[in-house]
Amino acid sequence: MIDTLRLTAEDAISLVERREVSAAELHAAYLGAIAERDGELHCFLRTCDEPHGSSIPIALKDVISTKGIETTAGSRILEGYTPVFDSTVAARVKAAGLSVLGKTNTDEFAMGSSTENSAWGPSCNPWDPSRVPGGSGGGTAAAVSAGLAPWGLGSDTGGSIKQPSALCGNVGLRPTYGTVSRYGVVAFASSLDQIGPVAKTVRDVALLYSIIAGRDPLDSTTAELPEVVALPEGDSLAGVKLAVPKQVADLDAIEPGVRAAFEAALDQARELGAKVGECDLPLSYRYGMPCYYLVAPAEASSNLARYDGVRYGPRVAGATFGEMVDHTRDAGFGPEPKRRIMLGTYALSAGYYDAFYGQAQRVRTLLIREHREALDGFDAIVTPTSPTVAFPIGDKAADPLAMYACDLLTIPSCLAGLPGLSIPCGLSEGLPVGLQLVGRQFGENGLFRLGHALEGAIGFDTVPERLR
Amino acid sequence: MAISKDEVLHVARLARLALTDEEIERLTEELGAILDAVGVVAELDLADVPPTSHPLDLVNVWDEDEPRESLPLDDVFANAPERDGDLFRVPPTT
Repeated sequence: MIDTLRLTAEDAISLVERREVSAAELHAAYLGAIAERDGELHCFLRTCDEPHGSSIPIALKDVISTKGIETTAGSRILEGYTPVFDSTVAARVKAAGLSVLGKTNTDEFAMGSSTENSAWGPSCNPWDPSRVPGGSGGGTAAAVSAGLAPWGLGSDTGGSIKQPSALCGNVGLRPTYGTVSRYGVVAFASSLDQIGPVAKTVRDVALLYSIIAGRDPLDSTTAELPEVVALPEGDSLAGVKLAVPKQVADLDAIEPGVRAAFEAALDQARELGAKVGECDLPLSYRYGMPCYYLVAPAEASSNLARYDGVRYGPRVAGATFGEMVDHTRDAGFGPEPKRRIMLGTYALSAGYYDAFYGQAQRVRTLLIREHREALDGFDAIVTPTSPTVAFPIGDKAADPLAMYACDLLTIPSCLAGLPGLSIPCGLSEGLPVGLQLVGRQFGENGLFRLGHALEGAIGFDTVPERLR
Repeated sequence: MAISKDEVLHVARLARLALTDEEIERLTEELGAILDAVGVVAELDLADVPPTSHPLDLVNVWDEDEPRESLPLDDVFANAPERDGDLFRVPPTT
């Protein structure tokens, strides 16, 4: 009997390598778990019946193109779209022997913090199905926590990997901008989008990162990794210096229970030998979110211009070309993409470009500088990942600004292009709390060492209490 | 910062969205609130700060100009709403 709730990807791989379990048996075990629990959780938009690889399965967020498997990005405007080629990340996981287990739910075009913006309905949090799993990658995160997949890939523009991992109680990495190819990934905001791993342990995340990372000739925004990915070992943090931004103490949005779990994690870091100091990110918390909600929608309005009913996707008939395009787009996009397309188009339009988009790009420069200074003398910046635990489905759905505030703590480092790792650090009201570790560009190995040591000391049980 | 209904209609035309009257009403209100929130970036005097378009120090990423196989045409048209031989068919432009 394979216990998919507890099995890490690393252990699953060694079971297969030792021939104790076949790839087909493992695949079947996860499909069995999906049959048992996904009716309630709705993590998967579709599953693949047979393994095609020699190793373990993987769940892929539905923004990742998979040859021959429908890829909708959570949107009706891509309903029925079946890619004729693999994205580079899909090709790389396949080349490593992994089998695509299925495509996971996401807010439409990865725009959201709860999966409630998915055209196919929300996913539910395995710790409490009346609550959201976070977003946009809630499907992957919930699937990993509910034992429906050993690991998975998400995409992160302003927090879509880290925040769902925090809300579902697992480990998520948003890698350094440019380390993972976006070729064949449905684009949201190209100066921010990153693909990254979600798993139960930091080692699993590091292993999956090692499979997908590195320059891709098909994506000219990728860079060579300066060092090979090292699977973390060891339990000491001696000599490590962590920085807590001063502003965190004054952010009222952070729930008391989240703060308590965060403080307890800092105490554990100190016990492991880390020094915890203070850094200053005043501009990041005041201007990060406004900057992001100008830059990202502007880029989205440009990227989403391609959905015009000409080359793929459903088409709404019209007497003229223009009518066909306008009606196809109105019928195909849901409320959140429309909001962001409108906001972005406005911010880029004549008369407003300099005041909004141009100004936001300059703010971004300041945030990059501010993070560089904040990290001076420190190994990582630490904050809670999300200001709150998982919130009830429907709670923020009617208020776009309340939903945007979910990413207050994840957005600044995304704008700065820095890697961020979220690890579970405790419970508040019976729901997981995430700890965010932000490092320097290409500093993933350092984050893995830190995260691995901390996760060992914290000893968080990633299996949701109601499923134990 | 208020945005007028006429401005919303203008932006919808630029964005190629045939919004319904109800959507126009809702977006006028929502975009006004969002623009209030994001408009705080105007507080900063950034005349001397260069803009960032991309967080990596990559410039002029070149590749050898080597011909490669393209997708077969049947693949290219596999998801097309309407194909006409080797062309995508669309309604007349006027």
